[in-house]
Amino acid sequence: MAENYELIVVGGGPAGMAAALEAEKDGVTKILLLERAETLGGILEQCIHTGFGLHYFGEELSGPEYADRFIVPTEQSSAIEVKLDTMVLEVTPGENAHQVLAINKTDGLLELNARAVILAMGCRERPRGALNIAGTRPAGVLSAGTAQKYVNMDGYLPGKEVVILGSGDIGLIMARRMTFEGAHVKMVCELMPYSSGLTRNIVQCLDDFDIPLKRSCTVVAIHGTERLEGVTIAKVDKNRRPVPGTEAFVPCDLLLLSVGLIPENELTRGAGIEIDPVTAGACVSQDRETKIPGVFACGNVLHVHDLVDYVTMESQLAGAGAAAYIQDRADKNPDYVGTHGKNGVRYVVPQRVNKHVTENVKLYFRVGQVYKNAVARLRAGETVLTQRKRARLAPGEMEDLTVTPEQLSLLPEGAELTIEVAEGK
Amino acid sequence: MTENYDVAVIGAGVIGTLIARSLSRYNLRVALLEKLHDVAQGTTKANSAIVHAGFDAKPGTFKAKYNVRGAAMMPELCQTLHVPYANNGALVLGFDDDDVPVLESLLERGRRNKVPGLRLIGKEELLAMEPNVNPCAVGALYAPSGGIVSPFDLAIAAAECAVANGVDFYRDFDVARINQHDTHFSIYSAAGKKRTAKLVVNAAGVHADDVAHLVGDDSFHISPRRGEYLLLDNTQAGVVNATIFQCPSDMGKGVLITPTVHHNILIGPSADDIDVKDDLSTTDPGLKGIQTTMRLSVPGYQIKDVITSFSGLRAHSNTGDFVLRPSLIDPRFIHAAGIESPGLSASPAIAAYVVKLFADVWEEELSEKTNWNPGRPKPLRIKELSREERREAIKKRPEYGRIVCRCETVSEGEIIDAIRAPAGARDMDGVKRRTRAGMGRCQAGFCGTKVLEILSRELQLPPQEITKFGAGSQILLGKTK
Amino acid sequence: MSERNFICVACPMGCELHVALDEKGGVAAVTGNNCKRGVAYAQAETTHPTRSFHSTVRVEGGNAPLVSVKSRAPVPKAMLMDCAKATRAAKAKAPIAIGDVLLADVCGTGIDLIATNRVS
Repeated sequence: MAENYELIVVGGGPAGMAAALEAEKDGVTKILLLERAETLGGILEQCIHTGFGLHYFGEELSGPEYADRFIVPTEQSSAIEVKLDTMVLEVTPGENAHQVLAINKTDGLLELNARAVILAMGCRERPRGALNIAGTRPAGVLSAGTAQKYVNMDGYLPGKEVVILGSGDIGLIMARRMTFEGAHVKMVCELMPYSSGLTRNIVQCLDDFDIPLKRSCTVVAIHGTERLEGVTIAKVDKNRRPVPGTEAFVPCDLLLLSVGLIPENELTRGAGIEIDPVTAGACVSQDRETKIPGVFACGNVLHVHDLVDYVTMESQLAGAGAAAYIQDRADKNPDYVGTHGKNGVRYVVPQRVNKHVTENVKLYFRVGQVYKNAVARLRAGETVLTQRKRARLAPGEMEDLTVTPEQLSLLPEGAELTIEVAEGK
Repeated sequence: MTENYDVAVIGAGVIGTLIARSLSRYNLRVALLEKLHDVAQGTTKANSAIVHAGFDAKPGTFKAKYNVRGAAMMPELCQTLHVPYANNGALVLGFDDDDVPVLESLLERGRRNKVPGLRLIGKEELLAMEPNVNPCAVGALYAPSGGIVSPFDLAIAAAECAVANGVDFYRDFDVARINQHDTHFSIYSAAGKKRTAKLVVNAAGVHADDVAHLVGDDSFHISPRRGEYLLLDNTQAGVVNATIFQCPSDMGKGVLITPTVHHNILIGPSADDIDVKDDLSTTDPGLKGIQTTMRLSVPGYQIKDVITSFSGLRAHSNTGDFVLRPSLIDPRFIHAAGIESPGLSASPAIAAYVVKLFADVWEEELSEKTNWNPGRPKPLRIKELSREERREAIKKRPEYGRIVCRCETVSEGEIIDAIRAPAGARDMDGVKRRTRAGMGRCQAGFCGTKVLEILSRELQLPPQEITKFGAGSQILLGKTK
Repeated sequence: MSERNFICVACPMGCELHVALDEKGGVAAVTGNNCKRGVAYAQAETTHPTRSFHSTVRVEGGNAPLVSVKSRAPVPKAMLMDCAKATRAAKAKAPIAIGDVLLADVCGTGIDLIATNRVS
């Protein structure tokens, strides 16, 4: 027998909790939050470093503290029912209600219905296989997040002499964590000529401990039969191909991979929801509604964020959007304008904006390379709607520009919003 | 401690395990000795996973005879053992006029080998069957009896069946010395453990010649020939339906692209004769080479969907054929050696033949067990069950309701089953092969820590002692504090 | 007059600060900052650099083997590794609430290490 909810939220990390709480605030009273782990909080639980919440709370919190600010109200809420250790297997969109199939130890198979669904499954790390590194396949090659779980949650050290491939934030953070736990981090290799991590993380996680960051450098071979014995690194040219003759052997017993995050969109794809090939997340409108009415997506499942503060804010939009949908307050005849990145802007989220909105809409975007003294412009055709000068734009840092309801209402038929970046003189 | 057996099978690859299973039918004391920590750790774990139709092998060889016979036995064997198998057919592509006589000679060979249904097809029929193959192909040899199978599933299932029927399975038993006595052999492991057996079957894969040397037999030589492979995500499923070969070369049957029984796409292998018998490294030129070669067959596959690469060793014998005979030094020592391609395809027939060789030499009474079970319990796969079946399964064991591997939808219950099974999983790779937890696109990023926890609990070992694939491959090096 | 360069870590902007030093090694002028936090950071980084510290402490009798901790305020940068050693030796007893002091005055810095998660 199918059980009915107004709203089902898939994922109990920062995105799912913020979305559910926002929906509750807007008057939704029957919400189910499904989380596959045994606790709420998602990946924040293992992110014990500080630096979370500067934007949203104006405080420097650790991951668990940031999560706790949402866990407490979620647990106390009378509108939100939480099921932990529960995996959603399928989301099937329907005309009047969407079906959610989930599974856990105590309820067995759950066949659920909801007016609206919010997808907040987060993201996962790219594995070694995706990189095609040659060599052997010994123990001692882990993704940085897996190592983070072992070290921060379980209290085990997966290696003592460490090389990190990829200078994404998790890799940088783990360089410092491994150092604090007594391991020797020999270097961080970055394929690109710049780091994809936040600058402050390079300073505080590498520079502070004299850990070299080798840019334009990669791991070309893995050595060791049972346990990792070392890696061969090499410089890469501007086409990211290893330069012959630059190879060097680095002895180590642990290789951590921090080579990118991928939104976890199996359920989204299974539901037939359109995916943006660049973000690898759903295409959404300003309230984070996918192309299927009543199905919303937010957080890292939509696009990979660098700061959880932005995840929270985005998820509140999704929660509010879902509430409006459930309460039949949503615009029945939206008039959408598409958004696009151009000239160095890789993507823009949301991918479309309803011209009938009554509040400002923030358009989030990422650039494809580092720009200095740059100007980011939002245009509609030849008209520049808004622009912002930035001393530095980097792929690792999400940016935003705002479009107003008035600007939207004045857009001619068939107009598109584009964001582009130009390097200043 | 010594334990005495009627027969010892050395090597728990697909050949050794199937032989042990076949021997378990009789009232015999059988030991299966494996050098490594699990079954299927050598050639069996990394090959093309193909059931060849049998048109390639030279007529009159063991390879030709047992390939066709083994391929015919495979569907029923896989059904009995609940091993995934599919009869997807095979195609050898021809790209120009030079290839046509090659295809014709393959057809002729195949007919002499009694391969069923073999025929040449034109471009139109080819493209209708496989819309994604290179439209430059002029035609193909079509072998409808070709198939795909999971080789490690087959070995795991065979070992499970053998052990359930009374075979003793010894892991980490690296045979280092064999003493010949009048009535038996004494077999010592490198660690000094001893087992005795009246007869020995040598199914030691790339090390079969080394094992033969232990009884003074140097009648054949095995050289390892490495093949590298790339595995693509199941998002690429459907890019080809049949197994697609190019015209064969001296080094092997050429690079192929094939679906796997687990809905991935496999491409490879490269072919390198190498010196070291345990060198399973992949190389940049090897991986690049197969990608380039493969573009000729199927130009449009998505290389960004590679989820892993690996390499395997084929046990190439200098005799050019399978070595299936008693040792010339001592007839009680039976070789099942040099089993390179089409060894997997031939394995059911090889096992049957080796049991016949055994019976010829065995001087005591040979009686069949009355309660022999040729199969094994069907592994429960939550992913494949209907809703009603899932409900029932979780009622019986709540752990089936706890999904550990997200990519492949594998439950804790399935992992527990794999560990508790006869000849069950003892390490992370063992769990991965038996349940597919960690086989998916995140490659154990999320489930690795949980699988380690379950292994630690089930085996009652501290987490630091849990390995990836046996001694020395520990995942964790100690506590942080 | 000498100069030092820092990358400001007060927020994710990562401003490149140029600090002109006076004869005594003090800060004479700061440029490159986008907000006043940059000046404060440059002052601190020049005279007494500090960092937030975080790690874990082993828990006895709780539902988790470890609890995460952070320094209530930044500690001297030079003391980070000493703090790390101190947490490796420390133990805490469950139950633990967020904000509980688990290591008072860590390594004589005058700063407490407090729990950043709950353990029951």
